[in-house]
Amino acid sequence: MDMILSQSFLTSLVVGLVMAGVPLLLAGLGEQISEKAGVLNIGIEGMMLIGAYAGFLGAWQTGSLWVGFLYGIGGGMAVALLMAVLCVRIGLSQIVIGIGLTLGAEGLTALLHHVQFSRSYPRLPGVETWAVPGLSALPVVGPGLFDRHPMVYLAIALAVILSMLYRKTHLGLTLQAAGDKPAALDGAGVDVLRTRFAAVLCTGALAGLGGAFMSEVGAGLFIPFMTNGAGFIGIVLAMLARGRPLWVLAGAALFGACLSMTTALQVAGINIPTDVIQMLPFAAVMAVLVIFGRRASLPAALGLPYVRGAR
Amino acid sequence: MPAAPLIEFRGVTKRFPGVIANDQVDLRIHAGEVHVLLGENGAGKSTLIGMLSGLQQPDEGDILLEGATVKLTSPKRALRSGIGTVFQHGMLVPTLTVAQNLSLGNPWWRFRREGDIAHRFEALCADFGVRIDPHAITGELSLGEQQQVEIFRALLRGSRVLVLDEATSMLTPQGVEELGALMRELAKRLLAVILITHKLREAFDFGDRISILRHGRKVAELGPEQLRETDEHKLHQLVVRSMFGGAGGAPHIRRADATGERRPVLTVRGLSVDGGGDGRVAEVSFEVAAGEILGIAGIDGNGQKQLAEALAGQRRAAAGEILLDGRPIASLDVGARRRLGLRYVTDDRLGEGTVGAFPVSTNLLLKEIGTAPFWEGGIERPARIREHARALIEEFDVRTPGPDTPIARLSGGNIQKAVLARELFGGARVVIYNKPTYGLDVHNIASARRRLSEAADAGVATILISTDLDEILELSDRIAVMSGGRVVGIIANDGDARTLVGEMMAGEMTGEERAGEAA
Repeated sequence: MDMILSQSFLTSLVVGLVMAGVPLLLAGLGEQISEKAGVLNIGIEGMMLIGAYAGFLGAWQTGSLWVGFLYGIGGGMAVALLMAVLCVRIGLSQIVIGIGLTLGAEGLTALLHHVQFSRSYPRLPGVETWAVPGLSALPVVGPGLFDRHPMVYLAIALAVILSMLYRKTHLGLTLQAAGDKPAALDGAGVDVLRTRFAAVLCTGALAGLGGAFMSEVGAGLFIPFMTNGAGFIGIVLAMLARGRPLWVLAGAALFGACLSMTTALQVAGINIPTDVIQMLPFAAVMAVLVIFGRRASLPAALGLPYVRGAR
Repeated sequence: MPAAPLIEFRGVTKRFPGVIANDQVDLRIHAGEVHVLLGENGAGKSTLIGMLSGLQQPDEGDILLEGATVKLTSPKRALRSGIGTVFQHGMLVPTLTVAQNLSLGNPWWRFRREGDIAHRFEALCADFGVRIDPHAITGELSLGEQQQVEIFRALLRGSRVLVLDEATSMLTPQGVEELGALMRELAKRLLAVILITHKLREAFDFGDRISILRHGRKVAELGPEQLRETDEHKLHQLVVRSMFGGAGGAPHIRRADATGERRPVLTVRGLSVDGGGDGRVAEVSFEVAAGEILGIAGIDGNGQKQLAEALAGQRRAAAGEILLDGRPIASLDVGARRRLGLRYVTDDRLGEGTVGAFPVSTNLLLKEIGTAPFWEGGIERPARIREHARALIEEFDVRTPGPDTPIARLSGGNIQKAVLARELFGGARVVIYNKPTYGLDVHNIASARRRLSEAADAGVATILISTDLDEILELSDRIAVMSGGRVVGIIANDGDARTLVGEMMAGEMTGEERAGEAA
């Protein structure tokens, strides 16, 4: 047990939590925007994966992580654009299109990666961190949380900013109306389709950024299928958070911790089969769903295309 | 009264595939008037409102705002032109507070200032003598209050024309009164109010001017002078004739006094049903003869539905006998009873009576799916199904674009016609009707009642369950009154039946229920 509580174990746990949690946080915040507006964005896994590949490519070609992030955002938004056109404008089934986009993105990124890099997995140069003055000197959380890439701080700040935007501006009301009673929003003179379209694009941007973080900062390389369900966990986070960004932050930390256990426990040399350890995050998803799932309240018009004048 | 109308429709025509919803409609809406648009379901009221609120555009004709042509191409445009619409089904987000709902429509980046809007709302409420908390969650307000919120919202947005679409249909009688008072106040402040309804009473109570629509055309308009000066009875006749083309629905009184001699078709003895809570049936016994209509009166929820479902086989009887032509059927299932000629017209025609997404033709065979000649060896025979549907559609006057139209697209009256067609077709011996005219407009009520009594004249033993005493008195030969799951009496429908039935019903009636019933 001493091993588990050792400083190196705890530090690696926090590091892993942050690295695994940030993509979940970005995905969850993104999904939350769509869901508030009434679009169940199942394509988010595909958006993340495209973002991961585009981000890696951008960083690898230009040598700048920031350019990579922009590529990632662009990649995620490109998939989101397709989803928005098909599901919001044309009004096709969000579930079918979402699954299709995810499967398509998996195939496409694997293919592109194979064509471009064959069987090699080039690595990006190491990630520069930016230590928060003072706080980074703390034990465990210092190196774990406050000596990270700036994108980590930006992601956390985004949760806070979104929370404030939802509370202080009309953004939250507009999105909630689009999801709960789109006809009311339409009646108030706001274009429902445009609102939902923009929401889906925002989801794509955040999901793409989350994917890019995974490949650029988290792994430093791209591996096909590397998102490994992170987008789906994002969907769960958004549903459980009931529209509150800070709850997404808390949920991302919880699931990030579970994910990081898989590596941290191995670092600590605990003798548990890795298969069991790798189940942890998904067991946690199920446990959380059982405990809190009943309280998840979804928008009334979630998943329903809006057609003006229809009842 | 100002000479120039605030809103004018000039020769407005709107077509939908297969239907002309509005045909050359001219309409003038004046400030300071409550203008009632009266018409039965499908007369074209909703389309007119759709065009006024920017949801639909006219195919021909012009809409003029203070003499100038306007194109109301979106709800936003309509709002900007000063036209506020309160829809029947409510246009408030139930999860937001009143103030939040009022501030919807601002650009998303603006900071919220619900305090301002809440103050303005409260001031407006006070002005009209209404009390609504602007910080209450909208979904927790009564429907009447939600409607008032919508009216005030329209005023806050500077609307000069208020369109109230079927505004009274969801309200309690008290709510209707309050709405009426509010409308009068609005008209007093020189706003134009347009009230859409199919209820004559409301048209006369609230309207300064009444326009009557029928089959998409405006067939009559009654101005304030006419409404004031014409005697009410005459006015009533005039309006009914305009709405329905002369068929005013004169009471059809059955005089079937020889029924006592006939052999009973359906006999029920000591039937009890456990309702689990309030809706039980206790030891009910009666007989119905061929060609006889037995009305079952009573206040809603006194076991009528349970009785009907037990007779139809949809609910298990705890005790008692049901005999059809002397043969016990209590142990048979729904399908077997149906094949013996026992039919049930449910009161839940959308939920239980039809499958909305299925075409009319399939719904007409909903209880026969898989049987010959429409299905043979498990294979569907579409031509026969359609042929069968066409015949029934024709015979029962179901207004539908065709047999393949999903039935949910039809109006309530036409859905009920299709249900009646299905239940009366092919060897019906006993038909149980549960509130057959509930929720229909006057015209369809008359046609359903006619259909019901024609079927009885042709020899069908009929059980008519209804909470509408007038309906029972109009159609029945004998009347049973249910109360607390029991039949408290069965009487012949003659001169003083109304008093007797009323007394039996009143035996278990509280003051509150009576008020509800009077509405």
